[in-house]
Amino acid sequence: MPAPPNPTLSELFAAHPHDSGWAGFLLAQLRPDKPLLWVQDRMAILENGRVHPPGLPAQDLIHVEARDARDALWAMEEGLRCSGLSAVVGEIWGDPKALDFTATRRLAVASERSGVAAFLIRLGGHANLSGARMRWRIASAPSLANDLDPKAPGLPAWDAELFRARGMPPGRWSIAHEADRFHLVAASGDRALGEERRLSA
Amino acid sequence: MPHLAIERWAKSADCPPDSPTVLTVEGTHGPVIHAVTKAAAERGARTGARLTDARALDPTLVAVPADPEGDAALVRRLARWAERWSPLVEVDGDGLRFDVTGVAHLFGGERGLVRDIQRQFAGIGLTTRIAIAPTAAAAWALSHFGRSSSIVTPAKAGAHVGAGRRTLEKSSDMDASLRWHDELNALHVSALRLDADTVRTLERLGLKTIGALIGVPRLALARRFRGAEDVVDALDRALGRKPEPLTAAPADPPPRSTLRLEEPATHPEAAPQALERLIPDLVRQLQERHLGARRLSLTGYRVDGSVAVASVATSIASREPRHLQRLLADKAAALDPEFGFDAFALTADWIEDLRAAQDSLVEEPSGERELARLVDRLTVKLGPRRVQRPKAEESHLPERASGWVAAISSSLSAKPMGRGTIERRFNGGRVGAKLLHHSTSSSGPPPQPYRAREELCRPQRLLDRPEAIDVIYATPEGMPRRFVWRRAVHDIARAEGPERIAPEWWRQPSSARLRDYYRVEDSSGRRYWIYREGLIGDGRGGLPNWFIHGLFG
Repeated sequence: MPAPPNPTLSELFAAHPHDSGWAGFLLAQLRPDKPLLWVQDRMAILENGRVHPPGLPAQDLIHVEARDARDALWAMEEGLRCSGLSAVVGEIWGDPKALDFTATRRLAVASERSGVAAFLIRLGGHANLSGARMRWRIASAPSLANDLDPKAPGLPAWDAELFRARGMPPGRWSIAHEADRFHLVAASGDRALGEERRLSA
Repeated sequence: MPHLAIERWAKSADCPPDSPTVLTVEGTHGPVIHAVTKAAAERGARTGARLTDARALDPTLVAVPADPEGDAALVRRLARWAERWSPLVEVDGDGLRFDVTGVAHLFGGERGLVRDIQRQFAGIGLTTRIAIAPTAAAAWALSHFGRSSSIVTPAKAGAHVGAGRRTLEKSSDMDASLRWHDELNALHVSALRLDADTVRTLERLGLKTIGALIGVPRLALARRFRGAEDVVDALDRALGRKPEPLTAAPADPPPRSTLRLEEPATHPEAAPQALERLIPDLVRQLQERHLGARRLSLTGYRVDGSVAVASVATSIASREPRHLQRLLADKAAALDPEFGFDAFALTADWIEDLRAAQDSLVEEPSGERELARLVDRLTVKLGPRRVQRPKAEESHLPERASGWVAAISSSLSAKPMGRGTIERRFNGGRVGAKLLHHSTSSSGPPPQPYRAREELCRPQRLLDRPEAIDVIYATPEGMPRRFVWRRAVHDIARAEGPERIAPEWWRQPSSARLRDYYRVEDSSGRRYWIYREGLIGDGRGGLPNWFIHGLFG
């Protein structure tokens, strides 16, 4: 899994507005030692639900419900100035005007200066010009086999496409997360192979 | 409180009551006795006498320097404490003055009030002499010179502890006023709080009691005693011919700094500029008193007699000028000057103790304080309802289990919520509303413990309001096969459930239906949390409805 050497701004595009697979992918990367600032704009909450703390890892959380993208970006930038946070997550719905190259560039610079990782989640948006250092497109993939119940969903898996990154070649992975580690799994559908790879990893 | 000084000293020094001790203050010719213990009084020591004279009578006297400032501080503290009896309490020398108008009935009449005050003060080891009289001056006179705990009651009035008294209300009828004048008439003229020279002059004139003084024509008195020794004035105050209102000692006033402008300022920049000048002054006051502000308000006084207020709150006490400035600057700029501001005041309405502290050697703010400031800034701009922290509730209903509280009002050290909380809760032995179907296969590892499964079962995202979906299912009580949410069809590839959550009958209406939650995954791998509300034939409505409630990551 490619990861930036220093905390910076990553942009995560949900493959489909109602696909929350990115949440699992993102949460697996966060360090739980410090509080997390989670900013959602109003449309993101309406369309995709509000953050549900019991489903998150045990971590202190400050949740901001922003009126629009401008407020959300402002709150993210304020958060990035605060070194007491582990990461700042911001969810923006669609392609608002406020979210231009300058805005993303500001976030990236603020994040690199303070050492707080920033994740900009784009729900139903287009990959326009952006200052983000890593740009991902995340889709849910059929989950791994459930050892206990073959009919039940197992560990979540994702199709992650890194389509732009600074100093890294782009790529595409099918991955799952277990016990603090990402595992490569085979392409979607072929569960038997994924299962083997996971067990042997 | 006639023996305040000596009683306070006896308590703090923990001395036996029979030790012959005197408290002394420095006089012009050596130490003068300020207060005496009972044992010392029996041996001839008198308040006001010189220590050397008292020592001549009994050389075993122990002299201790008095602490008048400490005594005064105690009286001030007692004044605050005494507000339990009356809203208006004033410090008066070594005594307290209460306005007991309309208060006495709460303590079972005036006798009850006096008894209660005496008992409470005795509880903290202080002797009191209490008088209730129609005027403050009369109450002082009676408490210092009258019978012990005298109550003269012509209608309602004010009381004085130790030197306790009441202020007059002008409703006294003639009979009653004559009666309480009798009490007063018998007292010596020094009860009018005149200075020693005046008292001596009056005594020489043969006017020894207040009664005798009242008999003298006012004009003659006024002509004979003028200026500072205004006997007529003292008499008028005692008899209620002249009002003597009480001024209650205010509680510690909040730190406040003010700025007056020479000319009304109509420029919108006026308020932020005033703020820049006010904050350093306020911060200095906070520093001196070791306080930090939790809420600040900037008041702009307009020339036309109206005011504009901007206030902000902080999540931890702060007196850092830059932080406060940043919080208030935007709101100050939004104050509308209209016809112009001619004065500003910055008040710390809500303050908390804040000692000077250094977190680290290098000048780097600690994470917690940084975080608190972040919360402040976010809250000021977006409002307290939009900046929240999770708060776990004891409930199985998902929407209730994860409550939110305003981040500014929740303490930062609060336990973070997450799987840990859920885990702890289910370990607590509450079963009841939960039902999980484990279908174990013969091969594979043994089923994981119940708790571990539990952790996986909460979605990362919850819709604020569950949305109705159309579901196709194999059997009414069986697994869902396909559902339509927001006009998109999702074929369910895999499903797990049901997890049954019963309604909370102790707070929901009896028609509330149970919920069977399913974790489902559609053919493209997206995972949802859907539930069926109710069962067929549960008698609480028709066919069960289906809802989508959460999304898994």
